[in-house]
Amino acid sequence: MTRMPTRPHVRKQYWNEPAMTLWEKAYLPEIIRGLVITSRVFLANMAKWMTGRKGALTTYYPEETRWDYAENNRGKHVLTRRPDGRPQCIACNLCATVCPAKVIEIEAAFDPEDAAHPKYPARFEIDYSRCIFCGLCVEACPEDAIRMVKEVPDLPGGDRDRMWLGKEELLTWSPRSDVAKPYPGKADHATRRGSP
Amino acid sequence: MIQDLVVYAVFIGYGVGVLMTFGTILTWVERKQAAVMADRIGANRAYIRIPFTQIKLVWWGLFHGMADGLKMLVKEDFKADSYDWYAYAVAPWVVFTPVLLVFAVIPFGGALHPAALFSAFPTVADWFGDRTYALQIARLDAGILIVFAFGGMTIIGAMLAGWASANKYSMLGALRAGSQMISYELIMGLTVLGLILIYGTVDLTTIVQKQSGIVLGFLPAWGVVLQPFAATLFMAAAIAENKRIPFDLPEAESELIAGFYTEYSAMKMGLFMFAEFIEIAIIGALFTTLFLGGYNLPWMDDSGFNLPGGLAIPMSHGAVVVTQLVVFLAKVLLMSSFQILIRWTLPRFRYDQVLKFAWKFMFPLALANLVVTAIAVWALQG
Repeated sequence: MTRMPTRPHVRKQYWNEPAMTLWEKAYLPEIIRGLVITSRVFLANMAKWMTGRKGALTTYYPEETRWDYAENNRGKHVLTRRPDGRPQCIACNLCATVCPAKVIEIEAAFDPEDAAHPKYPARFEIDYSRCIFCGLCVEACPEDAIRMVKEVPDLPGGDRDRMWLGKEELLTWSPRSDVAKPYPGKADHATRRGSP
Repeated sequence: MIQDLVVYAVFIGYGVGVLMTFGTILTWVERKQAAVMADRIGANRAYIRIPFTQIKLVWWGLFHGMADGLKMLVKEDFKADSYDWYAYAVAPWVVFTPVLLVFAVIPFGGALHPAALFSAFPTVADWFGDRTYALQIARLDAGILIVFAFGGMTIIGAMLAGWASANKYSMLGALRAGSQMISYELIMGLTVLGLILIYGTVDLTTIVQKQSGIVLGFLPAWGVVLQPFAATLFMAAAIAENKRIPFDLPEAESELIAGFYTEYSAMKMGLFMFAEFIEIAIIGALFTTLFLGGYNLPWMDDSGFNLPGGLAIPMSHGAVVVTQLVVFLAKVLLMSSFQILIRWTLPRFRYDQVLKFAWKFMFPLALANLVVTAIAVWALQG
């Protein structure tokens, strides 16, 4: 048998009663204290602006970008290149198929001179006004031809028709010519792809 | 006679110009000051592009006020299905006009002697003769009374707006506006009474002139020196009168949408906002005139400086007039900026706290201040 509690349970109060000192009840000193705080911040920031420094924590976005993007931030796309400078992409359309926002448009073409990779993208365009930056295209790509890097330069625009980026810009804005991604294992990417 | 007309036309143009400029500039000052206080950059996207070039004048976002005005002008002028369209249409003007009219009695400079000012042009100087003008649109003996009369009229506008909108939120806002403004009007009047006792007049120009003196041997005889307590109470009551945070109960976005102008749109709503910003400048001008020595620098009067050591620095008439005009504008801008500082620092009151604060805290203090002032004046002057 458990014994009944002799005393009714008193619920603990987790909030503080507003206990103000006489000084705080006088109202005016505390108001002046608040005004001093805000005007001190104002004057410090104004002094910075006046002397040509930046007196704000916020970023003036399209003109400035934050320096502290995460390493694995999914930003603007990059089309990687082969050592000879041609796009790594084989125009297989997997990225365009998997894209939930349907923003990738690829037009394949035939290149008889390159026997190893005869199919290449004549046109590779991404509509950044609709891209949701989910990264599925990067995951879908069998050739490591498309990546997302952490920076996002020149993405905002005032006109939807001008927010399409083509193959040339995606290849050249941040050139990546290494074929293999640094995979966690030490297996060579090229040989692994060749093995069954 | 025609000279008077010309001079007063110039004065009226100056007054209206100053108020409109302040109304527009203060929207920008409010945004930028709030932003700088909060470690932000603030509104800076509106620009003017010089035609046929790609040169964009941003000027720290100074054109946002113009962009706002343009937006309000071209917006749809939505009309509520109210049962009193006449009161609905007239209410913004009842709020806006008295705010402008208050400036008529506020002196923005000392005496103007056109002949001395234009002594280089004998024809102009001869035409004006020995006329002198107070730099003030209307020199009325009952200056302060006019201020309070017109200040009280804005209550009617707020009540009209709320009543004619046929909207419960507007109605609540109007009721709050009415009770709050009447309460704080009283406190404003009581705080100014102390000054009237000391200076013995309600004429604003005389009050300013009497503030050129010296008290305690070195301090300028400004109202804020003689009546520091009344100055604080007056400022608080004036901000409450202007219905801004921390006293923004008539608007109360979180409770009443936009209070008594919920049903207003486009330029009608713009007039309410514009009146609010002009009233910031008016309160700044009133505070300057009553408590900060008006258009004069410390120890300065219409003839020049009279420093405490008995040292007098006479100034030419032109220099005095220019100094007084500039000093008045600078003081008004400073006080406007101070009001904006208060608005972005203090949290709001609850509605019952607003009225309790007026009647149980400020009213007794104002009365006590008046009593102490009366006894002191009686003791000192016999």
